[in-house]
Amino acid sequence: MSGQTLYDKLWNQHLVKQRDDGTALIYIDRQLLHEVTSPQAFEGLRLANRKPWRLDANLATPDHNVPTTVKERAEGNSGIKDPVSLIQVQTLDDNCLEYGIEEFKINDPRQGIVHVVGPEQGATLPGMTVVCGDSHTATHGAFGALAHGIGTSEVEHVMATQCLLAQKMKNMQVRVEGELGLGVTAKDVVLAIIGQIGTAGGTGYAIEFAGSAIESLSMEGRMTVCNMAIEAGARVGLIAVDDTTINYLAERPFAPTAEQWEGAVADWRTLVSDADAQFDKVVTLEAEKIEPQVSWGTSPEMVTGISGQVPDPQAALDDTVQRSYMRALEYMGLQANQKITDIKLDKVFIGSCTNSRIEDLREAAKVAKGNKVADSIKLAMVVPGSGLVKRQAEAEGLDKIFIEAGFEWREPGCSMCLAMNADKLGAGEHCASTSNRNFEGRQGYGGRTHLVSPAMAAAAAIAGNFVDVRTLPANDASNAQEA
Amino acid sequence: MKKFERLEGIVAPLDRANVDTDLIIPKQFLKSIKRTGFGVNLFDELRYLDEGQPGQDCSQRPLNPDFVLNQPRYQGAEVLLARRNFGCGSSREHAPWALEDFGFKAVIAPSFADIFYNNAFKNGILLITLEENVVDRLFAEVESREGYQLDIDLENQRVITPGGEILEFEVDEFRKHCLLNGLDDIGITLQDEDAIRTFEEKHRQQRPWLFRQPA
Ligand code: SF4
Repeated sequence: MSGQTLYDKLWNQHLVKQRDDGTALIYIDRQLLHEVTSPQAFEGLRLANRKPWRLDANLATPDHNVPTTVKERAEGNSGIKDPVSLIQVQTLDDNCLEYGIEEFKINDPRQGIVHVVGPEQGATLPGMTVVCGDSHTATHGAFGALAHGIGTSEVEHVMATQCLLAQKMKNMQVRVEGELGLGVTAKDVVLAIIGQIGTAGGTGYAIEFAGSAIESLSMEGRMTVCNMAIEAGARVGLIAVDDTTINYLAERPFAPTAEQWEGAVADWRTLVSDADAQFDKVVTLEAEKIEPQVSWGTSPEMVTGISGQVPDPQAALDDTVQRSYMRALEYMGLQANQKITDIKLDKVFIGSCTNSRIEDLREAAKVAKGNKVADSIKLAMVVPGSGLVKRQAEAEGLDKIFIEAGFEWREPGCSMCLAMNADKLGAGEHCASTSNRNFEGRQGYGGRTHLVSPAMAAAAAIAGNFVDVRTLPANDASNAQEA
Repeated sequence: MKKFERLEGIVAPLDRANVDTDLIIPKQFLKSIKRTGFGVNLFDELRYLDEGQPGQDCSQRPLNPDFVLNQPRYQGAEVLLARRNFGCGSSREHAPWALEDFGFKAVIAPSFADIFYNNAFKNGILLITLEENVVDRLFAEVESREGYQLDIDLENQRVITPGGEILEFEVDEFRKHCLLNGLDDIGITLQDEDAIRTFEEKHRQQRPWLFRQPA
């Protein structure tokens, strides 16, 4: 028998029961809750007169709807102007209070985007199954945890039974080998992967990211990569446990304390794919070839390197691709063969569960330091992923760097990633965004999103158009040659 | 989910093919945080003369007297008689929530849209597919006789008309089992409660740190 993949191990460790019809009951260790997808689940419980199975497995925080300006936030829930948003946040508070679920409320310093908060608290641990009513739950796989996004009926199911009905996926490995160039980040890696395998490339698979370039990433970088597994079509993204994982977790509030630590670490060390494990599909990328990436279209796979240009739909090989390219160019207001560096921007958004962690903010600040946002940029905002990220950034003086450069420094939340609060793009506006989705209208009706790394977003804010961060003084000039 | 007991219920005829989920529950009502309370907005556009908004007091709104559910003879209806491709359109589970909240327990039609079919059974609504000509005949009978009721016997998979005619129908074994026993997905999983507890205990012993809470 050949060895097991990391995914196989996690699956087997949580298998309660295999049914004849191919579905299985999987035990869930952690459920993260937010205000948008939980209210109907709580109501379902109430209607059926059921109790949550295990209260302490749940952790809640509002993130999608919370306002991010300092003034509104100071008013707590009453600072939420949209009545529907307010009801959702208020309902989460009420439900958590009624059932006794731990919640980091709107102005708790630990509040933030669920996918930033879980890991930061150590509430996401290696070897766990983690679910949340949000597709970017894949983020938590960076810790060698099996993490799924689920629907509202499933949120209720997990709350009531501590289990999820699931079907085993196939195994895929994406290897990124070699060393990343200076100025090339985790975001560029994952965008390049999606550009290569497409947004359906991972459908039906759990993707394990591996190879020396992945191993050299920090936990923040690994989370960025796993976060976008869903944009590659996979519900699950995974990275094996190593010293980086273990060091990150030490002394986090929910992490094991001294008496359990050694046992936990010994167990976590086994959370790697066996050397002889078989994958159903393997894809390999060379790290040296990855440039800073910019998406030009309306799907995350419509992406290219900074030295590239907008493709010419006429050159596309098949009709469907040609039509989708033409439609994307029209929506984005771009010309075939236009250089990426010629795209003019209106707004810049640094934030979201993909890129709002301390390391992301440090990278952006490094570029922003001593510079000014271009006059042509109407709004450049930095939205930390959680209250704790915000504090840390302020302790390091990053807020001052951003503010002096002309960025707005906001309160934590999802913000302009999906425009459920007041932070939105206007029709036709181009935005350099560190988020994960560039679908039509995602950041506001008619808005045009370009997905990039935090450093690329900051550089774009200063220049008013996209620039190659590898040519900036902050990075080694010798690296610019490849561009 | 409630058990589906043998049902003798008043039948309301909705003589219209391809009733989509937006007609069943218009999209302005989806912004709710609840899964109950959709009944008053069921078929909102057909039922009222004004344009419905969320949060209105529907008892104050002008009713469309021509709409079948507003007619006195169909008050308290529990069976909806419908036409081809009922429930087409989006996957919104709000459509069965609205039907259920209004009080419908069964829908009879020549065919149903796929996702709606699943969603309805998940929410305890029995969907009965009968031949088009049989449905035609039922429409005629319902309209000709006030207080028309059908006797729906899920156990034996038959519908009995007031005239004693027996109409047999097909339903998948698993769905039938769930309806008869009032089992939703959660109910079914909870039948394995012991297996879950046993697993949980073992899991806790092997990896206690997965269960710890911060001080
Ligand atoms: S930041 Fe964006 S992608 Fe992430 S959870 Fe919030 S809305 Fe979803």
